[in-house]
Amino acid sequence: MNKGLWALSAAILLSNVALAQEGTVTVVTSFSKDVTDPIKAAFEAAHPGTTLEVQNKSTSSGVVYLEETRGNNQTDLFWASAPDAFVTLKDQGLLSTFKPTVEGIPETVGSYQVNDRDGYFFGFAASGYGMMWNERYLEANGIEAPAEWNDLAEAQYHDHVVIAAPSRSGTTHLTVETILQGEGWEEGWKLLKLIGGNFQQVTDRSFGVPEAVNSGQAGVGIVIDFFGFAARASGFPVDFAYPSVTTVVPANIGIVANAPNQAGAEAFVNFLLSEDGQLVLFDPAIQRLPINPAVYDRAPEGLPNPFKDPQFASMITFDGNVSSQRSAVVDSLFDQTVTFQLDNLSAAVAAIQAAQAAAEGKDMPEAKAMIEEAIGLVAGVPITEQDAVSAEILGAFEGGDTATARQSQLEQEWAAFAQKNYAEAKQKAEAALALLG
Amino acid sequence: MAEVSLPQAKAGRQVPGLVLLMLGIAAFLAIFLLIPAGTVIVVAFTEKGSGAFTLVNFLDFFSNDLFKRSLVNSLYVSAMSVVWASAFALPLAIITTRFEFRGAVLIQTLGFLPLIMPPFVGAVAMQLLFGRNGTFNLLLEQNFGFRLPFMEGLNGVIFVQSLHYFPFILINVSNSLRQIDSSMEEAAQNMGASGFTLLRKIVFPLAMPGYLAGAALVFVKVFDDLATPLLLNVKDMLAPQAYLRVTSIGLADPMGYVIATILIAVSIFAMWGSVAIMKGRDYATVQRGGGGLARRKLKRGEAILAYGVVVLVLLLVLSPHIGLLLLSFATIWSFSPLPDGYTLAHYSRVMAESSIYIRNTLVYASTAGLIDVVIGGGIAYLVLRTKLFGRQWLDWAASAALAVPGVVLGIGYLRTFYNVSLPDGTPLATLPVMVVLALAIRRLPYALRAVFAAMQQISVSLEEAAENLGANKSRTVRRIVLPLMLGGLLAGFVTSFATAAVELSATLMLIQSSNEAPIAYGLYMFMQSPAGRGPGAALGVIAVLLVAVCTFVSHLVIERSQKSPGLKK
Repeated sequence: MNKGLWALSAAILLSNVALAQEGTVTVVTSFSKDVTDPIKAAFEAAHPGTTLEVQNKSTSSGVVYLEETRGNNQTDLFWASAPDAFVTLKDQGLLSTFKPTVEGIPETVGSYQVNDRDGYFFGFAASGYGMMWNERYLEANGIEAPAEWNDLAEAQYHDHVVIAAPSRSGTTHLTVETILQGEGWEEGWKLLKLIGGNFQQVTDRSFGVPEAVNSGQAGVGIVIDFFGFAARASGFPVDFAYPSVTTVVPANIGIVANAPNQAGAEAFVNFLLSEDGQLVLFDPAIQRLPINPAVYDRAPEGLPNPFKDPQFASMITFDGNVSSQRSAVVDSLFDQTVTFQLDNLSAAVAAIQAAQAAAEGKDMPEAKAMIEEAIGLVAGVPITEQDAVSAEILGAFEGGDTATARQSQLEQEWAAFAQKNYAEAKQKAEAALALLG
Repeated sequence: MAEVSLPQAKAGRQVPGLVLLMLGIAAFLAIFLLIPAGTVIVVAFTEKGSGAFTLVNFLDFFSNDLFKRSLVNSLYVSAMSVVWASAFALPLAIITTRFEFRGAVLIQTLGFLPLIMPPFVGAVAMQLLFGRNGTFNLLLEQNFGFRLPFMEGLNGVIFVQSLHYFPFILINVSNSLRQIDSSMEEAAQNMGASGFTLLRKIVFPLAMPGYLAGAALVFVKVFDDLATPLLLNVKDMLAPQAYLRVTSIGLADPMGYVIATILIAVSIFAMWGSVAIMKGRDYATVQRGGGGLARRKLKRGEAILAYGVVVLVLLLVLSPHIGLLLLSFATIWSFSPLPDGYTLAHYSRVMAESSIYIRNTLVYASTAGLIDVVIGGGIAYLVLRTKLFGRQWLDWAASAALAVPGVVLGIGYLRTFYNVSLPDGTPLATLPVMVVLALAIRRLPYALRAVFAAMQQISVSLEEAAENLGANKSRTVRRIVLPLMLGGLLAGFVTSFATAAVELSATLMLIQSSNEAPIAYGLYMFMQSPAGRGPGAALGVIAVLLVAVCTFVSHLVIERSQKSPGLKK
């Protein structure tokens, strides 16, 4: 394709739209001012006379806001990271379809569909999940930088790792799903629990994680890539790496149903996907991976290209349907067995790690068997993969006719299960340690 | 509580006006608090899925270990916070009101600042100072090889909460102490009391209404606060549990609202308890205008001790603000006792937009404070000076606002007012006045308690005297009650104003455009990205300064009004 000609025609097209459409475009977004300000400035420069009105809300309150205001909608666009928020909005009929005029956007990024199949929302940037760490913190504590998820389960990371609760952060939820799908249900939970035993905090918002790592309160954070890249670009002593089992997913934008300024909303989507709009994503404070491959030749150093770099080719396939079907159950399992049991889990895992260190190099099968038993107790999940999508449990969560129990009762069962297992695991590990002397 | 002994005939004549006042306040509370919050909280009593009425959700609450543990933790933390907040507040209050002390007004203002902790940045500043790798712990570790868990677990919550909310006690006790007439003290001295006996027999009992008002506020506020536990990652307390459930599991889940209902019930019970303690006791004094307690001169040694205590307490309670100030000038501050370097860039970044935020904040918060003083004064008058049926309910309904999570109120407002359109089609909920009303409702309990305490100290005999001399009710209120309550009214206004100025949770739902945004909202927009931390802190400092200046001016006014010998006219 002749890029110059294409850009020219796009520019003419856009300027026509700009002439036709003046006024205010209202967007509800979870993105920070550092992200929205440069894009707003570029958009308004390309469309003189149009004002982009940014309403900043967290993703979940943005969804609630659109639900509560649908009777008299004043919002044109919804713009956020987590794809599941868009699925929720689409299911509720709160989005409208549109076909962007920008060409050259690939069908998939990694193994994830870029745009909604039915045209309700569009990826504008790609994001992968990984680990960021504070270099001063690691140095002071004599810890190595992690490379894989498994590394985080090592004893050296005990009490140094921070994560956002998956029930509170759409991006972390996807990370947890990625691990569960990549490793399998049983093995995935085992890994999550063993890493969980090393958590220092489970924060209640996504940004709490980079904040804790940036300020040096925690050593390693499990985050979405741009938090790491943007912190590094802003001068914090931090770095970021993707593990080999991860996935890239698009961050999205969609036009709200019955938008008061439909034409303006369409113009903004087209601008955001155009090269001019995509180049703004390279801003040091934004640092997101553009979805339009045409701009990667102008990417700043250190930013990967998800369409070319081999590390992304090996990333696992992510099944969005499985994820969204069991999302509430997975979140609740995590909260009841990790977040709200963190002290117990941490104590059990610490005891296991101490016993493992003592067993190192010794030939004492009895003690080693006890340690394995303790690990098995920690890893235990109260329900199977089939249970997680069973009508009974989904019914308890949604309040359907198939419910045999209420959500709160299930949560109590799961929490009691975890508490008992962790206490037993701690005893077993301590007994093993005593045996090892 | 003071007993009303108006002759029946006279009372009867006043009733229509008072009934109107009561109906007006009841309607205000119903429309802007009970109905919006009710539209959301009703979920607590419904069955998930079918929507049928049920109480089974409450049964679930009490059979869930996590919720039970949360309830116990919340009660424990609230009670301990009252103890520690008293330990911070009482020395400051007594030293600044009972002794000739230079800079008393300044200290009163500074002691008030902890209430004004801007969301998010305040938390970051606290972590950078007291966190496990904060300034203090890094220095301790380097020099002595150990750390102190200031910010960990329930004790961390108690530490931060008592620093944060002790001004409630300070402001109310100081105001009570100023109202005590020196003749009471002199009478006691004439009868041979001095020193500790004087303090115990005269000063403490007479300061009781203010102390109880402040302590009840601290208890309820800590019980209902979710920001601090979440900042410290303590999740097994009630308010965070309610918040986490409502905002992550969804609006249809009943348990979040069950917890909210329990929060409201405990809060009202605590408020009722603080009033019940006062029942049957009369703390009103007839004498006015003596200029408060006689201020004693401090001896040299005492002065050094007093200044030492004051400086120490102030340094401790203001440390988050010192951290905030450092953060606003810092280039990078990460895992080090102090920032790597200093810059003015953050201030220049926020300068351009901050003027509009400042204007909005001033307009919203002062209007909200004014509404609170008027409504709070009305409720206090009805409760303390009339025997109208149901007057107590107004007090309880208004106090319940403390326990309604901001996000619930925000959603309630959208639900109740969004589909009501103005003639030109704009939804009612999008008007800035809705933000003001939400702020006023959220902060009404603060003003109410301050005004209430002030009115308890005025003897009804002063009003009766005025009425016997032929003044009618409104004239009595205007010429006697209002002037005597000026300090309490201002205290109420300042508390509402200052805390409304940094409120975010309800605002976040209701703000429609950045032109209408207050400072707290601007702060939120910055604080979602690494590069926004500095500018966010700069905005936070601007917010604190703004409120501090307003508070300082009000304290000067209070101080002046107390100094004027007797009432003019």
